[in-house]
Amino acid sequence: MSLDYERYLANTANHLQPSGIRKFFDLAASMKGVISLGVGEPDFTTPWNIRETAIAALEEGFTSYTANAGLIELRQEISTYLEKSFHVQYQAENQIIVTVGASQALDLAFRAILNPGDEVLIIEPAFVSYAALVSIAGGNPIAIPTYASNGFKVTAKQIENAITAKTKAILLCSPNNPTGTYLNKQDLLEIAAIIEKHDLLVLSDEIYSELTYDEKYTSIVTIPGMYERTILINGFSKGFAMTGWRLGFLAAPPELTSVMVKIYQYTTMCAPNMLQHGAIEALRNSYDQVETMRQSYRRRRNYIVHALNSIGLDCHIPGGAFYVFPSIIRTGLTSEEFAEQLLKQQKVAVVPGSAFGESGEGYIRCSYATSMQQLQEAISRMKVFLEPLLVREV
Amino acid sequence: MKLTNEELEILAILEENHRVPVETIAIQIQLSEEKVQQIIKKLEDEKIIISYPALIDWTKIDGKENIEAMIDVKVTPKRGVGFDEVAERIYRFPEVTSLYLMSGTYDLSVTVEGKTMKEIAMFVSEKLSTIENVISTTTHFMLKKYKHDGVIIEGKQDKDRRMVVSP
Repeated sequence: MSLDYERYLANTANHLQPSGIRKFFDLAASMKGVISLGVGEPDFTTPWNIRETAIAALEEGFTSYTANAGLIELRQEISTYLEKSFHVQYQAENQIIVTVGASQALDLAFRAILNPGDEVLIIEPAFVSYAALVSIAGGNPIAIPTYASNGFKVTAKQIENAITAKTKAILLCSPNNPTGTYLNKQDLLEIAAIIEKHDLLVLSDEIYSELTYDEKYTSIVTIPGMYERTILINGFSKGFAMTGWRLGFLAAPPELTSVMVKIYQYTTMCAPNMLQHGAIEALRNSYDQVETMRQSYRRRRNYIVHALNSIGLDCHIPGGAFYVFPSIIRTGLTSEEFAEQLLKQQKVAVVPGSAFGESGEGYIRCSYATSMQQLQEAISRMKVFLEPLLVREV
Repeated sequence: MKLTNEELEILAILEENHRVPVETIAIQIQLSEEKVQQIIKKLEDEKIIISYPALIDWTKIDGKENIEAMIDVKVTPKRGVGFDEVAERIYRFPEVTSLYLMSGTYDLSVTVEGKTMKEIAMFVSEKLSTIENVISTTTHFMLKKYKHDGVIIEGKQDKDRRMVVSP
């Protein structure tokens, strides 16, 4: 007897849009000899001292649960890290939670703050999870589109126009995935004024904060009036090349963390003990390696922006992360068509901009977290792919 | 000598791969090709960049496998010139590939290359030990090279294990 599974599934979950990246992954994974600019994670393996510390922790038998919010030593290191980076005080005892990736931190935050129908402003193009996480938590994601003409920065006016009586929070991600856009202090000051005026909460996804290339990172929590209303989300994945460890953290006022930690204790209990030991080592002794990686990304960013522009794809120079978001409008193709044809004809994988929201249409995301040799080969293949497309246009 | 950030970055690029074209370096660090050319010349003139050798694994080539030994040498330093004079007498031998003055229980660390163990033994007993002021030598033959000049030669390398597309 076959069951009518539709009847059993929850509406929200059942109607979630599958990620636009998934389809591409399936196609690319089935081909050989693909050069991928589609990878959203560092090409470095986690620095050895961090790995070695986690191995030692496992050998020493750190295999039990930890406190829900994470090992106190790790929370103290995170507190020190935030203080050193931004001169802000977060108490290790009651303001920091170590999570299973920054993704879980986002999930906890949305579940803790959203009532059915509450609206969350999301600046698009945006990371694929945001809107889905808001929906799962019962809220309504409200997209604010951004454009290349403004360096994919959101303006205060756009935010103000999107605010309704139901708006509860705004999610900011700087540097941004997929555009690489970095919001500097001036940008944040303008945004903060609107946030304060309309009494919103801020979810600040700072997962790429270690990867800014032209100026030192500014967190929105350093803007006057924002600390009290911000849930700061960060993690070890990008800066420390620890994506597969699934270790993130959040820092917020205790009135918010106390609710989030309740959800955490019932859903997950804690992040893996031995891995948290690795994270302590990351924060204590890895800044030289983070800096080496940062410089390496910066050089590759400069190369790929120059190379894409020279083969006919207009591309702004992003301030951070490891993505560039060039325009493919001149080719006359949609971003999905472009990505699919490029993959089939030249075996270069990129992600169509439309996967990151409607305003990503007309663009592709290229990750430069891959070796210079691979980048150069990808560019020469893309050049071959583009030639007939760009000639036809004239 | 204090270097600028650009100069340090050029060194980092060349240390990893000295065959990167000047044009690419210029794009990577956002300087003109002339300026990059100029900086490299300065670094060469100042002997900060000393040479551009290739790291070759000779053990993979039949008939070219060399034997290497590291020799701990105790020396009586000489008034006025210290260790420098005896060091010079040693490093001038072509079979000596590196020579360091060390702290600790011996003075000079000498790396020697030869075709056979016998060749190295001959060098130690006839050339090195007979130098005036050399008190004693302890020879260690190298059995296997795991890592050389920051490059892992034998053993596990980190592979790219990432999925081909991810968010």
